[in-house]
Amino acid sequence: MKTIAAKIWEQHLVRREAGLPDLLYIDLHLVHEVTSPQAFESLRLAGRRVRRPDRTLATVDHNVPTTGRDLPWDDPLSIRQVETLRANCAEFGVPFFDIADPRQGIVHVVGPEQGFSQPGMTIVCGDSHTSTHGALGALAFGIGTSEVEHVLATQTLPQAPPRTMAVEVNGELARGVTAKDVILNVINAIGVGGGTGHVVEYRGDVVRALSMEGRMTVCNMSIEAGARAGLVAPDDVAFAWLEGRPASPAGAAWERALDRWRALASDEDAAFDAVVELDGAALEPCVTWGTNPAQSAPVTGRVPDPADASGEAAREQTARALRYMDLEPGAALADIPLDRVFIGSCTNSRLEDLRAAAACVRGRRVANRVRAMVVPGSGLVKAAAEAEGLDEVFRAAGFEWRDAGCSMCLGMNPDILLPGERCASTSNRNFEGRQGPGGRTHLVSPQMAAAAAIAGHFVDVRDWEMD
Amino acid sequence: MRRFETVRGGALPLNRADVDTDQIIPAKYLKRIERSGFGEFLFDDWRKDPEFVLNDPAFAGAPVLLAGANFGCGSSREHAPWALEDHGFRALIAPSFADIFRNNCAKIGLLTVTLAQADVEFLMARAEELPDAAIVVDLETQTVATADGAFRRSFEIDPAVRRNLLEGLDAIGLTLEREDDIAAFEERRADDHYPSTVPAAEESA
Repeated sequence: MKTIAAKIWEQHLVRREAGLPDLLYIDLHLVHEVTSPQAFESLRLAGRRVRRPDRTLATVDHNVPTTGRDLPWDDPLSIRQVETLRANCAEFGVPFFDIADPRQGIVHVVGPEQGFSQPGMTIVCGDSHTSTHGALGALAFGIGTSEVEHVLATQTLPQAPPRTMAVEVNGELARGVTAKDVILNVINAIGVGGGTGHVVEYRGDVVRALSMEGRMTVCNMSIEAGARAGLVAPDDVAFAWLEGRPASPAGAAWERALDRWRALASDEDAAFDAVVELDGAALEPCVTWGTNPAQSAPVTGRVPDPADASGEAAREQTARALRYMDLEPGAALADIPLDRVFIGSCTNSRLEDLRAAAACVRGRRVANRVRAMVVPGSGLVKAAAEAEGLDEVFRAAGFEWRDAGCSMCLGMNPDILLPGERCASTSNRNFEGRQGPGGRTHLVSPQMAAAAAIAGHFVDVRDWEMD
Repeated sequence: MRRFETVRGGALPLNRADVDTDQIIPAKYLKRIERSGFGEFLFDDWRKDPEFVLNDPAFAGAPVLLAGANFGCGSSREHAPWALEDHGFRALIAPSFADIFRNNCAKIGLLTVTLAQADVEFLMARAEELPDAAIVVDLETQTVATADGAFRRSFEIDPAVRRNLLEGLDAIGLTLEREDDIAAFEERRADDHYPSTVPAAEESA
């Protein structure tokens, strides 16, 4: 009568003591350049070592340029951060996918791609989108730099047990409605703080029918509802996806792993602290209109009127968001003209995302006013997309085709919006200034972003001819 | 970690809900490799508005920040607590905090206090009216009170977090005292069930 989250928790209990948080063992620690330098520095000052370099993997993603990597790089602070990670990995013996490594990419794309992220594991990273790895049936969560240091030094974390929430999406999605729309609708339903303190288990027909990439998109944005983690019980979809990856078990070890993994699913009568149900058949393609990921509406909908919000605080929050986004109450979302389109990020930059976007643009041209870019999630995603000619489809349509990294999801590299620019983005956060100071972000699925790039405004992809 | 001592001083009312860490410290300032120096970039974009409360000299030096629900949502960047701490805040009071942010604060000695929405609203209204009036945040007794004693509330806090804050304990040092437990755990479980990140050739070398 246990949930998968509880099972994984118990399997990783190093020590439980009254009055103290549980000491939890960590199976995989992913490291990147932005949240690790201070952790390594403290480790060095304290004369401590990395306890398990063989359970640690580093790559560069947040800062790196996504174009002209063979040219001199005009950002001394980013260069210093990347060089610092390189030196720290060498000093502490941590495996590192450097910028020229074909496996380099967004840390949450790289882990699953290499088979390092497996069912039943505990996975952490100094990044809130670590919940992505939950798609494989792992308990994966983001941590801060002090905790990064803690895991480097001890391979454990003191943690209070989470509450559990079941998010059940049943029915069948309509054509053009994607994993991204599922999670945006979930966040809209429970709010940006609705998952606080909880590990969310996504369940139901719709979740079962999602591909592994789709499940990663859903789990990725668990943090946007405030959840500590999000996961999906591993099944044949997960196993098929894992089989044959570089770090996946093979031969007899694979068969034994399958037995262990199959036992992870939540027990039939497991009780959750909270249950949320959504009707998959009723979901529509979603567009955010505001400055947090819960502020969204169906693409067929309109910008809300602050006057309709309940309570003074909610009215003011909506009004503030509309002022920042420069939107009029009542305007049709489909009429919003766009300046930029970004297809990428740990939410939507995997091969399936790029295929889906390409299917919407093949043989068409990006609208005149729009600048559009595709940033694959890893070097290997990029190579795989090129092998099937997706780069040509995007280039022929007028998209920029770039190298792997976080890019315009958070604007730490040169890929940023200019003040006032409006962007349809497949990323995960529409916070003020997230993609560049003064920039305006609308979160959508890859299909919605691709079709919007062609049309120059949002369109309902359910009516869009796809190749 | 710095030991938490009772805070007595002004409270700055930031009357907004769902304040995300991208506002607290925008990503472009995360490129430093040091822990210090983030305070000057605290709420960098919002501070460009002269009306923003952090620009109000009446609240200069206030050690307590009052905020709306779900404060610190979004990114896991510890730079957000570092910036708040560097600016001079010692305690944050809100109806709720985002999980990772709250953990990060606890790790650096910055106290997060959860009070009922109505209590936070009361303290905000009072701060707006009487910016100089001090409030007292006492972790020993787990209370928030106005200096005149008219308002007094106790708050809940994880006992282990409370002790760490009061004693300024080094969390890593504490865990390393459990080194035997960690080694025993690794011994007891089938460690080879979990993938190694070290290439096989290197591992056997």
